[in-house]
Amino acid sequence: MTRIITYHQALLEAVELSMHQDPSVYIMGLGVPDPKGIFGSTANLQETFGSERVMDMPCAENGMTGVAIGSALTGMRPIMTHQRVDFAFMAIEEIVNQAANWHYMFGGKTQVPLVIRMIIGRGWGQGPQHSQNMQAWFSHIPGLKVIVPATPYDAKGLLRAAIQDNGPVLSLEHRWLYNLKGPCPEEDFSVELGKARVIREGHDVTLVASGYMTVEACRASDRLKEMGIHAEVVDMRSAKPIDMATVTQSVEKTGKLIAVDHAWKTGGFAGEIVASVCETHYEALTCAPKRVTLPDCPTPTAPSLSEHYYPQETDIAAAVATMVGKPKLAIQLKGMKPTGHLDIPDMSFTGPF
Amino acid sequence: MTQADLQKAFYETLRIRRVEERIAGLYSRQEMRCPVHLSIGQEAVPVGISAHLNPTDYVMGGHRSHAHYLAQGGNLKAMMAELHGKRTGCTAGKGGSMHLIDLEAGFLGATPIVASVIPIATGAALSIQMRKTRQVAVVYFGDGSIEEGIFHESLNFAALKQLPIVYVCENNGYSVYSPMEVRQPVDRKIHELARGYGIQAYGADGNDMQAINHYAEEAITRAREGQGPTLLEFETYRFLEHCGPNCDDSLGYRPDGELESKIPKGPLVHLEKTLRDKNLINDDQVAAFEEEIKVEIDEAVQFAWESPAADPETVFDHIYAPVTP
Repeated sequence: MTRIITYHQALLEAVELSMHQDPSVYIMGLGVPDPKGIFGSTANLQETFGSERVMDMPCAENGMTGVAIGSALTGMRPIMTHQRVDFAFMAIEEIVNQAANWHYMFGGKTQVPLVIRMIIGRGWGQGPQHSQNMQAWFSHIPGLKVIVPATPYDAKGLLRAAIQDNGPVLSLEHRWLYNLKGPCPEEDFSVELGKARVIREGHDVTLVASGYMTVEACRASDRLKEMGIHAEVVDMRSAKPIDMATVTQSVEKTGKLIAVDHAWKTGGFAGEIVASVCETHYEALTCAPKRVTLPDCPTPTAPSLSEHYYPQETDIAAAVATMVGKPKLAIQLKGMKPTGHLDIPDMSFTGPF
Repeated sequence: MTQADLQKAFYETLRIRRVEERIAGLYSRQEMRCPVHLSIGQEAVPVGISAHLNPTDYVMGGHRSHAHYLAQGGNLKAMMAELHGKRTGCTAGKGGSMHLIDLEAGFLGATPIVASVIPIATGAALSIQMRKTRQVAVVYFGDGSIEEGIFHESLNFAALKQLPIVYVCENNGYSVYSPMEVRQPVDRKIHELARGYGIQAYGADGNDMQAINHYAEEAITRAREGQGPTLLEFETYRFLEHCGPNCDDSLGYRPDGELESKIPKGPLVHLEKTLRDKNLINDDQVAAFEEEIKVEIDEAVQFAWESPAADPETVFDHIYAPVTP
């Protein structure tokens, strides 16, 4: 009897379990105790654990990240939340210069067991400053780990592992995954950081995806299967440490690689996947790899402008069709109605944030 | 301060001065291959503050932290070895002069990005409050740091939570070559600004050990009793260049005669005069202190020279923290 819960419920459970088990865990962020509870992921935590451990905080992302770091150095295990990745940019100095480096530059003498949760916005006119995804930046930095859960199961397991990790871990959570439902055990469990997972099996093409693009890649794979094309989907789950072994194992099987990225093209995470595979498994490839990404452009706001901004599952499917030598099918696929919506995650969403 | 307190303070201040002078003297050997920001002229403040701290407290500082580290009891041999890039250094060669640490002494760490350590120390104070101990956090920073946003964010939060922290601003009037008047309104005092955040704050002469002691005791006791944060602004002066072992007065960024006028008012001269006036020290005792300090420094330098270089096999160690078994 598999229990089905939402992604936000799964995140909440990971935090609850951690806070019950370890009194040094505390959570803070703008609006953590407020009625919306970070889209449900911190709901009722303050009622359960009190205001000393579940803290709203001043609008001071950089300073408070430093505070979190200082508390982590001295016996606490803070979780910080940002309602958008974009807001965390105020804290890049403390995240990159301090949190990432502290363990290394002090010869391993201190640790920064810090988790920073950030939400990637999309749709309903979020615009350029409420929708950015910095998976590429954060995974670039030595000392940081980055999780990108795409399912409720992984949301709970990875966040639990992140909280138990003794170093800084960033959790990039896509807003459109929050109401996604999926199987997830009630008990305490964790998913190993830095391990990808094959979420759809196939032998024709390897689709490497993460976060919301894992959902889109799976939709593409399901659609293609009905047409006799079998696309394997590798869900990265962590952007750092990066599990290239699972990716290359798949490429050895299929010989074809498409890296799908919910972020911009240049300098992006998809480029890392492609470069890495080419370096080590060039002979396994039977054609040039491809990236499906957002264009190198800030996120437009009006629905008519953002119509073609985000690649959808039909675009991914079309890329697969082209790669397996079916250009007519690719054109057909591009013209099909995608499973998802353009600027809302699902019909229950009526805005605004 | 008792007689013993004053004599100890003199010894500690003299010791730091001689350590820094030795580093300056050895620097041209090019065996200390990292930037050094020396505390010469600024030694008294941390000595006065650490006299009221325990090894279980948390002291943090920035790039110019040799004095903060030593005053708190940081290991001299480990510091000297670290500057020489040896594996016996406090971070085994990973950090150098700008990233000193000695957890046993209560020196939690120093980082050179201006003001970055201020919220980190504030977080250590939050941790103290959460764990309900009687520890105190102390963070040192310069006048330039108060221009950074995170200084203000930290004070706001410390005031909000009434955190057990003492913010110590060593105002030496310069941010590298930039004087105060191009950075801050000249008629506004840093400790007065701090009061605007709702915390106690005082200004005093950083050359006057008895003044330092007075405010240190008050601020640290307040923090330890859970009565909230304090900012102490001490006027000091850097005798040498911002970074490096040399005197840079020839560059002309300091007004003519300023350095010359400051040296006789410096912390060591001031303190020695205080002790001599009270008949607490004579030539023989000073000579004995000097000898003892010289022996300790000689041993530390020898230790640094004889220690093996940081191990290249360890370059990739400590990128990530180990998993708890």
